[in-house]
Amino acid sequence: MVQVKMTVNGKAASGDVEGRTLLVQFLRENLHLTGTHVGCDTSQCGACVVHVNGTAVKACTMLAAEAEGAEVVTIEGVANADGSLNTVQQAFQDHHGLQCGFCTPGMVMTATALLKENPNPTEAEIRDYLEGNICRCTGYHNIVKAIMAAAGQDVSRIAAE
Amino acid sequence: MYNFEFVRPTTIADAVAALGHEGAQALGGGQTLLPTMKQRLASPEKLVSLTGIAEMQGVCISDDGHLCIGGATPHAVVAREAAKHYPALAGLASHIGDPAVRNRGTIGGSLANNDPSACYPSAALGSGAVIVTNTRRIAADDYFQGMFTTALQDGEIITEVRFPVPEKASYQKFEQPASRFALVGVFVAKYADGVRVAVTGASEEGVFRWSEAEAALSKSFTADALNGLTVPADGMIGDLHGSKEYRAHLVGVMTKRAVAAAA
Amino acid sequence: MPKDHGIGASPKRREDLRFLTGNGNYTDDINLYGQTYVHFLRSDVAHGRLNKVDTAAAAAMPGVVRIFTGADFAGVGGLPCGWQVTDKHGQPMQEPGHPVLAQGKVRHVGDPIAAIVAETYEQARDAAEAIVLDIEELPAVIDMKAAVKDGAPKVHDELTSNLCYDWGFVEENKAAVDEAFKSAAHVTTLELVNNRLVANPMEPRVAVGDYNRSTDESTLYTTSQNPHVIRLLMGAFVLGIPEHKLRVVAPDVGGGFGTKIFHYAEEAFCTFAARQLKRPVKWTSTRSEAFMSDAHGRDHVTKIELALDKDNNFTALRTETYANMGAYLSTFAPSVPTWLHGTLMAGNYRTPLIYVNVKAVFTNTVPVDAYRGAGRPEATYQLERVIDKAARELGVDPIKLRRQNFITQFPYATPVAVEYDTGDYVATMDKLEQIADLSGFAARRKASEAKGKLRGLGVNCYIEACGIAPSNLVGQLGARAGLYESATVRVNATGSISVMTGSHSHGQGHETAFPQVIAEMLGIDESMIEIVHGDTAKGPMGMGTYGSRSLAVGGSAMVRATEKIINKAKKIAAHLMEASDADIEVKDGKFHVAGTDKSVAWGDVTLAAYVPHNYPLEDIEPGLEETAFYDPSNFTYPSGAYCCEVEVDPDTGRVTIERFSAADDFGNIINPMIVSGQVHGGIGQGIGQALLEGCVYDDNGQLLTGSYMDYAMPRASDVPFYTVDHSCVTPCTHNPLGVKGCGEAGAIGSPPAVVNAVIDALHSAGKTHVTHIDMPLSPNRVWAAMNA
Repeated sequence: MVQVKMTVNGKAASGDVEGRTLLVQFLRENLHLTGTHVGCDTSQCGACVVHVNGTAVKACTMLAAEAEGAEVVTIEGVANADGSLNTVQQAFQDHHGLQCGFCTPGMVMTATALLKENPNPTEAEIRDYLEGNICRCTGYHNIVKAIMAAAGQDVSRIAAE
Repeated sequence: MYNFEFVRPTTIADAVAALGHEGAQALGGGQTLLPTMKQRLASPEKLVSLTGIAEMQGVCISDDGHLCIGGATPHAVVAREAAKHYPALAGLASHIGDPAVRNRGTIGGSLANNDPSACYPSAALGSGAVIVTNTRRIAADDYFQGMFTTALQDGEIITEVRFPVPEKASYQKFEQPASRFALVGVFVAKYADGVRVAVTGASEEGVFRWSEAEAALSKSFTADALNGLTVPADGMIGDLHGSKEYRAHLVGVMTKRAVAAAA
Repeated sequence: MPKDHGIGASPKRREDLRFLTGNGNYTDDINLYGQTYVHFLRSDVAHGRLNKVDTAAAAAMPGVVRIFTGADFAGVGGLPCGWQVTDKHGQPMQEPGHPVLAQGKVRHVGDPIAAIVAETYEQARDAAEAIVLDIEELPAVIDMKAAVKDGAPKVHDELTSNLCYDWGFVEENKAAVDEAFKSAAHVTTLELVNNRLVANPMEPRVAVGDYNRSTDESTLYTTSQNPHVIRLLMGAFVLGIPEHKLRVVAPDVGGGFGTKIFHYAEEAFCTFAARQLKRPVKWTSTRSEAFMSDAHGRDHVTKIELALDKDNNFTALRTETYANMGAYLSTFAPSVPTWLHGTLMAGNYRTPLIYVNVKAVFTNTVPVDAYRGAGRPEATYQLERVIDKAARELGVDPIKLRRQNFITQFPYATPVAVEYDTGDYVATMDKLEQIADLSGFAARRKASEAKGKLRGLGVNCYIEACGIAPSNLVGQLGARAGLYESATVRVNATGSISVMTGSHSHGQGHETAFPQVIAEMLGIDESMIEIVHGDTAKGPMGMGTYGSRSLAVGGSAMVRATEKIINKAKKIAAHLMEASDADIEVKDGKFHVAGTDKSVAWGDVTLAAYVPHNYPLEDIEPGLEETAFYDPSNFTYPSGAYCCEVEVDPDTGRVTIERFSAADDFGNIINPMIVSGQVHGGIGQGIGQALLEGCVYDDNGQLLTGSYMDYAMPRASDVPFYTVDHSCVTPCTHNPLGVKGCGEAGAIGSPPAVVNAVIDALHSAGKTHVTHIDMPLSPNRVWAAMNA
């Protein structure tokens, strides 16, 4: 066991972990931040995406020890200070960009990373950026629409409610 | 995963020392190694992370005009910082895996693993890059020795990769529908002294140079120059995503597209 | 102006708040004090005799609590099958046992052999590697037609063969059907495969078993679409725990698509082991484990023949299907290729004579059961593909051929035993032609060709039977369960309402949509109504969510219970206003005396019910809580018409979906936003089946698509924005809401449109030798077909 220390959602966090402890395990099991999910074991589904030092990573494919000293942000840490949904979260609710909710934390974290890199992405750029985030419920329609809306684009011409 | 000891040295010397232990293995971004370990298909006793070594990070231009990329540089950094120097290479880096994978996966890790479907080996071979390690410089032509096999010795670390910058180049990837790795990927680079064509994803021998195409393109750098040229299906990978014949066919198609797109 | 509340409005989903902030409560988020972890050692061979399982060394490994094998379950029941099909000779299907842990033999890769319970998950996995197995590998049967040949290795030694049943439907019609084919002006024949799929809800399955020594009660937390059904099956048939001592809880469920209907070995194991060990036992599936332990879907091999007269009227239809059951009968497996498939073969068409033959076959593969649509996609695919092929052979427009044969009079009794209550197939096709902009296709094709791409257009119709189902009918058909739904409407003293339902959302937004119905009936605000589901301790026996039934059946139960509430509340209100209850009207959350300005508020009535000081105690009981069980009198029959436009890259065979349009008739709509979302998701899965997904075994029964590295899941870049419309409404005539259900339509209606479009694209380039390509239409398959 070794001790790791990092900042998670703005608060200092530490814990004893094995070498093999994944970041996602540390978040879920040590810190009880269960919003970050595990949907696969081949680093493809993206349900576990969190931000480490400002960039999106798959928490199932990073060791907790690799995050030593890092600033980690999870889905639990992205709402507005008053607890209300932030722009991306609100757009997902407004445009029905989630159904079962399991992929949603990863989708929100990936969408947030995209908009930071590219504040006004095209539909194709959004779809391309979601390469590593699999959703089985929505057919992606309302996820892409929600991200366009979060970017401030007019989505009223995109078909359907 | 089997348990292991984790260390994260900050200098190449310390990393080399740590890798001297029995059962030690280098860890780049871990985007291939960690999933492999989760399946319990690898069992290193010690993982030596290379991502804490500052001198192995970043992209620069050397005095002799080479594009130099630190061995622990993530794909996303290459995509961003190599764009104006070597757009084809940056373009390749910007389409490896997905954004989260690109933020972790490193060029050194990719080249050390030499997955037969990975993108970077085609760029290194197609550019005639030099793989710089803690002990020596290895020409790409000598480095790749069949799938998952390289010239690296135990404990040897890729510290830097040096790419001669071509006049024109392009990488064209045809993705395997599930993994999104290259079913076939072709890197074409035109230099003053000739054209190099490197193919990944297709061959049972791993990344390879298509010498007939290189000869034809060195005479005339046009897609039409490739008319009539084919690679034999024998020796290609055949699996549920693509037969040997299909992969051989795609090598031709992707090479033509790379020539047409080269910039 | 769209409504902003009640039926027909699209309020934002209330469940989203917790899902968007990481506060969902999925089964894997549950951790209990003293919890242990189980890892299942699974067979890595497809078929073998299990001579010995030596656990001695493993049991001594660090952290191991106990190791269980098949022997520990000798006195325990096997996993039951919930549906018995009778074959064409009147004999019951062959029904093998299905042990919790393998006994004597292993029958598919992934069959659980031993369960290692340890203090940590990794310790359990470590110990699994120390178990010594002596398995004598036997020849595996994978191909269905080979499996039913004489002398084929038997999956179950105690059965006479690998044939589960040979079903003929309607057997009495067979001679007439054969006769019709002899006199047909044209016969179109098509052989096809409906590819094996893996449902892949993004949340892998999880089970946590718990046991309370004080009360002798067992609790199972599980990823289930129907916790009451799990309680019944596991309690009564597997473990012998009476239902009052067994609680099953399914908290937030991260998608199901059918595969979380069934009762699985891991659920029974965790419940059983927690009782044995007096400690909680948790199992979390990995995705790789899911591929070899979740029930798969589809996997039919079919020959279909369509007979037409000289005027292109359909005169008869004949099919022969081999349906893969896998190694064991999963909970509802036998019903899928029979009653959920054969009964749909009339589709939207007036075909007077139909005969369906289905041979269900055991193979050394993972069990196959319902996956989104379940039988109906298989029926729709073969029918809509053979019609398209017939249109090409006859040189007629495929839309025209469909229109000519549409059923137009309702109710309509099909020759395959169901009666469609309502529908308007002409209207949905008209709507489709409009929203898909068919008139603009020629120009779009030209633009594609200018880029060197082939463009194709494919259209199909679909009909489904859902809202399952009348219990007395399904009982006759072999179901060993009823298919009603329950609702308890509990009005609290202050007027808020808790609604306990046996339906259970796994993404469908029940917590938002159901209150819209009740709020509309009572004229109160939706925020006063809370849906309680997924816990057998909280609500009456219910049958769960699948078969597009939650609103049509579960919603109807809520309507019935709310009607009882209104009737009783009217009596209370009448008493309070000293009026006759016959004169009371409910409007805007108040009870009015008709023709007067007298009224009492909803809250005054509810308070009186629980503080019955001024109350008709001699006539009615205090309190305001009512339960209804609703059993439908027929299936519901949503229908629609779908259109897909593809581009094919002639150099690589790669297909891209350029446009996708869906015109559906779901009857009345409660929440249009949620309905559209359901259609989008179904289309996404249908495109996945058509272009990407396929579960493949090699000849030895090794799973070649055991992870997302080889099983191609649709990504955002594989699909376009969809155009969906559900403005064509023919309300269901037999449920109180007039609703039909929308959950499966997209997955049923979309695969044939995609394949029809690809064939159309290839024909546009003169590749007329390509009459069919089996799904998934991978680039390699399309390229190979073009160059054959």
